[in-house]
Amino acid sequence: MIMPITIRAIKKSEPGRMKAALIRIGAMILALAASSLFILLLRLNPIDVYLKMVQGAFGTAYRVKETIVKTIPLVITSLGIGIAFKMQFWNIGGEGQIAMGAFAASYFALYMNDMPKPVLLLVMILASMLAGGLWALIPAFFKAQWGTNETIVTLMMNYIALKWVMFLQYGPWRDPNSLGFPKIANFPENAVLPKLLGVHIGWVFALILVVAVYIFINHTKKGYEIAVIGESINTARYAGINIKKTILIAIMLRGGLCGLVGMIQASAVNYTLSVEITGGVGYTAIITAWLAALSAPLILIVSFLFAALLEGGSYIQTVFGIPQSAAEILQGLILFFVLGSEFFVRYKFVFAIKHPTTAGKGAS
Amino acid sequence: MEAAVSFLHAAIVAGTPLLFATLGEIITERSGNLNLGVEGMMLMGAVIGFMVGLATESAVLALLAAMIAGAGGALIYAFLTITLRANQIVSGLTLTIFGSGFADFVGQDLIGQIAPEKLRMFFRPYSLPVLGDIPFIGQVLFRQDVFVYLGYLTAILLGIYLFKTSVGMNLRSIGENPGAADAAGINVTLYKYFHTLLGGALCGLGGAYLSLVYVPALQEGVTAGRGWIAVALVIFATWNPYKAIFGAYLFGGLDIIGFRIQNLGINVSQYFIDMLPYLVTITVLVVVSMRKSREKAGPKACGIPYFREER
Amino acid sequence: MIMENNYISMKNINKSFGKVVANRNVNLSVSQGEIHALLGENGSGKSTLMNMLSGVYTPDSGSIFIKGEEVQFAAPKDAIKAGIGMIYQHFKLIDVLTAKENIILGQKNSFFLNEKALSEKIREMTVRFGLDIDPDKKVYNMSVGEKQTLEILKVLYRGAEILILDEPTAVLTPQETEKLFKIMRKMKEEGCAVIFITHKMNEVMEVADRITVLRKGETVKTVEKSATNPKHLAELMMGCPVDLSIKRIETEKSKVAIEVRNLSAVNVEGVEVLKGMNFEIYSGEILGVAGIAGSGQKELCEAIVGLHPVKQGEIIFNGENLVGKSPAEIITKGISLSFIPEDRLGMGLVASMDIVNNVVLKLYQKQKGIFINRKPAEQKSMEIIERLSIQTPGIKHPVRMLSGGNIQKVLLGRELDSKPQVLITAYPVRGLDVNSCYTIYDLLNEEKQKGVAVLYIGEDLDVLLELCDRIMVICAGEITGIVDARDTTKETIGLMMTGAVNLNREGEKSEYDNANYN
Repeated sequence: MIMPITIRAIKKSEPGRMKAALIRIGAMILALAASSLFILLLRLNPIDVYLKMVQGAFGTAYRVKETIVKTIPLVITSLGIGIAFKMQFWNIGGEGQIAMGAFAASYFALYMNDMPKPVLLLVMILASMLAGGLWALIPAFFKAQWGTNETIVTLMMNYIALKWVMFLQYGPWRDPNSLGFPKIANFPENAVLPKLLGVHIGWVFALILVVAVYIFINHTKKGYEIAVIGESINTARYAGINIKKTILIAIMLRGGLCGLVGMIQASAVNYTLSVEITGGVGYTAIITAWLAALSAPLILIVSFLFAALLEGGSYIQTVFGIPQSAAEILQGLILFFVLGSEFFVRYKFVFAIKHPTTAGKGAS
Repeated sequence: MEAAVSFLHAAIVAGTPLLFATLGEIITERSGNLNLGVEGMMLMGAVIGFMVGLATESAVLALLAAMIAGAGGALIYAFLTITLRANQIVSGLTLTIFGSGFADFVGQDLIGQIAPEKLRMFFRPYSLPVLGDIPFIGQVLFRQDVFVYLGYLTAILLGIYLFKTSVGMNLRSIGENPGAADAAGINVTLYKYFHTLLGGALCGLGGAYLSLVYVPALQEGVTAGRGWIAVALVIFATWNPYKAIFGAYLFGGLDIIGFRIQNLGINVSQYFIDMLPYLVTITVLVVVSMRKSREKAGPKACGIPYFREER
Repeated sequence: MIMENNYISMKNINKSFGKVVANRNVNLSVSQGEIHALLGENGSGKSTLMNMLSGVYTPDSGSIFIKGEEVQFAAPKDAIKAGIGMIYQHFKLIDVLTAKENIILGQKNSFFLNEKALSEKIREMTVRFGLDIDPDKKVYNMSVGEKQTLEILKVLYRGAEILILDEPTAVLTPQETEKLFKIMRKMKEEGCAVIFITHKMNEVMEVADRITVLRKGETVKTVEKSATNPKHLAELMMGCPVDLSIKRIETEKSKVAIEVRNLSAVNVEGVEVLKGMNFEIYSGEILGVAGIAGSGQKELCEAIVGLHPVKQGEIIFNGENLVGKSPAEIITKGISLSFIPEDRLGMGLVASMDIVNNVVLKLYQKQKGIFINRKPAEQKSMEIIERLSIQTPGIKHPVRMLSGGNIQKVLLGRELDSKPQVLITAYPVRGLDVNSCYTIYDLLNEEKQKGVAVLYIGEDLDVLLELCDRIMVICAGEITGIVDARDTTKETIGLMMTGAVNLNREGEKSEYDNANYN
C-alpha cells in the first residue's frame, strides 16, 4: 500500500544544549497547558489558580520558609536517588529508607536522650544514615549477587518499613500520655535540630550535600566508576572495576542520604516518628532527580520548584477546595511531558510526500 | 475440612485482582514493554469502574469502563515508550503516580460509598451446576462469583492465545527479538500498542474487582500495593498465564491469612502479618533470580525500546 | 541491457543518516538466474542499499523496480510480498522458537497453529532444495551453519525469488562456505536471482556471475566476472592500486611470555567451556586463535585476565600464577585485553563518554588518593589521536558519535598505550574498512617487534594465515591443534575447527561431528 504522506523519525545529529533546554522548557509549558484543561474541567480559571499557587509558595516570608522546609528532604533524597539511577539501579525504596532512618534516629531521641545536644544530634544523624544505608543494602546485595530485580524488592521494602513504623506507633512506642490517640511521644528539646536564619539547619546540610555529591560524581574515582557501570556494565568488567563492591558502596551512600532525610524530618519538622514521616518524598524525589537529569546542581533548582508546586498546591486546596491529589496529577503530567520531550531532543520527524510514479517507465 | 474449604475459597477471591493484574502485565511484557504502572492502572480501573457501576447499576458497563480506564492509562505509557521511546521504567513509575492521583481526585466524593445492591447481587457467589457439587474441589473452585470465573477463563484463553496461536507466537517473538520479528513482516508497533493496552485493560479489571466485589466499596488507595505484587508475580509465573493462576491464588491466601491466624487465637501483631505478602514477594524474587535458565528467563527484549532505523 | 531480464533495478538511490551519506545516486540491476556480487569495503553502503531493497530502510530518494514495476516498501512485509528474501549477517531468528516456528513467523497463518502439517511441509522443502534442517530443533541449540540454512529456508518458504545474502561467509568454516556456495548455485538453477554481499575477492571470483563495486556510498562499476580479476576488483574497491598482502614480520623467537597449563572453566549453566587448554605465547610472536564463533574464544580471553572463573589449571606470567587474582591486579601487571563484541561498543568503551573519559579508564586505578585526575588522560588522548590518525572533532567528543573504525582505534590505542607485555585482542578489525584493517595489522606487527606477546582472535582465516606466526585452533572449548601458519592450509584449519581433525588426540577418532557444536 502506498501512503500519500509518510512520517518518519530520524535521528538528529548531536543537539545543542540550548536547543535541548528550550525543548524541555517547552514541555513544561505544555504540561501546564494540559493541566489548565484539567483545571477548566473543575470550572476554575487556570490563570487564577496558577497565580494563587505562586502566592501560596512565595507570597509571604512564612510561606517561603515553608517552601524551603519542603525543599530540603526533596533535595537530599533526590541526590541519593541520582547516585543510584546513575548506575541504572532503579531503586524506588526512598520511602522505606527514610522511614528506617527516622526510626533509628527516633530510638536515640526517645530512649537514649541523656546526652548533650550536639552529641545526641550527631548520634541520631549517624544512626539514621546507617539504618537507611543498611535498609538499602539488602536489595543491593540481592541485585549484586543474583541480579534480583531491585525495583520491586525496594518497593516491597517500603511497605515493610511503613508497617514496622505503624507497629511501633500503635504498639510498643505508643505514648501513654496521648489519651488513647495512637501517637509516639514528641522528642525532647535536645533531640530537635536548631534553626539558622529562621529555617531548621537542614538547609545547610542540603547545600553542603549538593556540593559534596557533585564533587563525588565528577571528580572522584568511585564517582567515575559509578558512571561507567551505569553506562555499560561490560566495559566496567573489562576495566577491572569491582562491580559488586561499587554497587554496594553507592547504594549504601544512597540509603544513607535517605536515612538522613528521615532524621531531619523527624527531628526538625514532625518532632516525632509517625507513619506520615515520609510524606511521599521518596516517590516525588524520583521525579525531581529525573527531571534534573541526575545532576546535583539541577537537583537543587528542580527540588525547589517542585516544593513550590507542592506548597502552592496545598494553598489552592484551601482557597479553591481543590483536593491534594490534584498536585499529584500535575506532577504526573509534567513528568509525562518531559519524558516525551526527550524524543524531540534526539529525533526529528520527517514528512515526505510520495509522488505516484507511472509504473515501469524507468529502464533505459 | 470446613475451615480449609473456606480458607481456600477466600484465597481465590483475594487472589482474583492479582490474577487479572498479573495476566495484564504478562501480556504487556511479552510484547517487550515493562510497564511498572500496574498499580496506577488498577487504581484508575477501580475508581472508574465503581463510578460507572454506581451510576448505571450495570455490571457489564462497569467492567467495560474499568477496562477502558486501565487501557487509557496504558495508552499514555504506550505512546511515551513506543512512539516516543521514553525510558520504560520512569514512564511506568510516573503512570503509577499519575494514576493514584487521578483515582484519588476523581473518586474523592465517593470515598466510603458502598457498591450498589444490584451489583452486589450480580457478583454474589454462584454454584456452577454439577461442578459445584464436587466435594472439596468444587466447593473451593466452583462456588465463586462471576468475576472469579472470568479470571479462570481469561487465564486459560490467554495461555492458548500465547502458546497455541500464530498471533501469540508473533507476540512472543517481539518480546524476544523485535528486530527479527520486524524483518519477518510483523507489525511490531501495532502489536506493542495492542498488547500494552490489553494489559492495561486487564489491570483495570483487577482494580474494579477490588472496589466492586472484594471490598465492595470505594476506598482511598484501595489496591494497597497489589499492583506491585503483580509485577513480581509475573516473574514468579515465568511469564506464563497458567502459572499466574497459582501464583495469584497463593498470594491471595497470604493476603487473608492474618485474619485466620488471629481467629485461631494465635497472638501475632496484625502489622507483622501484614508484612507477609511483601516478605514472600521478596523471597520469591530472590529465589527465582538464583536459579537461572534460558527457558524460564523473561522476554529478552523486555524493557528495551525498539526503533527500526537505529544506527 | 534487455528489459525483461532486469529482475531488480535500483535507480539513483540516496540515503543519509543524519549528516552521514550512506548511499549517493546508487544504481544496481540484477537479472534472473544470476549470482550478483555486491563488492565494497565496510562502510561503502552495501548493507544500507540492501536494507532498502528489503524494506528495512526507506530511501530518501530514487526508485526501485522489481520485474519492471516500481515498488515502494513501507516495511519488510512489502518486500517479502514482492519476492525479496534477505539473509542478514546477524541472523534474524528467535532463539527460543523452533526452526519451524521461525519459518512461519509473521506469515498469514491460520489462527491456530497446526504443528504436524507444518513440519511435513517443511520437510518436503528441505528435500527439494537440498537443505538439511530439523524443523523441531530450537534455534539456541543450532550451530552457525544450521542457523544460516534455516534463514535460507525461511525466505524460500515465503516464496522468495530474489535472495540477498549479507556477508554470509564471515562466520562459516571453509567447509560450510563450500556448502553454502552449492546452495546458491542450486538457487540460481531454480531461476532465482542471488545477491551476494561481500568484501572477499576470492569468494567473488569463485561464485559470482557479475559484480557491482561500491565505494564510499557510490556505484563504481558493474563488471562480468570473466572480464576481471581480484587485483582489478581491489583497485575498483579502493579507488587506487593496492597491495592486499599482509606483512608477517619475522622476529627471533625468544622467551615464553605467558603460559597456560591445563586450563578448564565452566559457565553459569555448568557447561564446560574451556577444556584442559595447554599453550604458551612467546614474546615477539602473534599467536592466532581460529574457531567457530562461540567455541570458547571469549571465555579464554576473560579467563586469562581474571574475568571468567577458572575451574582448574594455571596461567603463569613472569613466574607467577594469575589464577585467583582480581582483574584489576592482572591488568596492572601488564596484560591487556581488547575485545570487540558484535555490536562493537559495550566492552571496553563507554559510548556516551568522550575520548578522555575513556582513556582515563585504564589510567585512574594507578592514581593515588580518592580523586580522579583527567589531565594525563587528556595528554594521552591527544597522542593516541595523532598516532592512530583518529578522525574526531576533539578529545571531548562522545565516542558514540565517531565512526566504527575510529571507535576501534580509540580502544586499541588506549590498550597499546598501557604498554602491555601481553596483548590479547579479539576481533580488532571487526567491521572496519580495508585501510583501517591494515593500520591495525601494522600496529600489531609493531607491538610484536617490540617484544610483546600477542594473542589474536580473528574470524577471517586468510588474515590469520598471513598475519600470525602460529595458529591455535579451538573447537568446543578444546584445543584441536596448534600449527605453524607458514605451512598450513585453510582446509586443514577448517577441519580442526569442526573437530574432524584433532592433532592433540592423534589416532583417536574425534567425538565431534558436524552437527554437534554450537
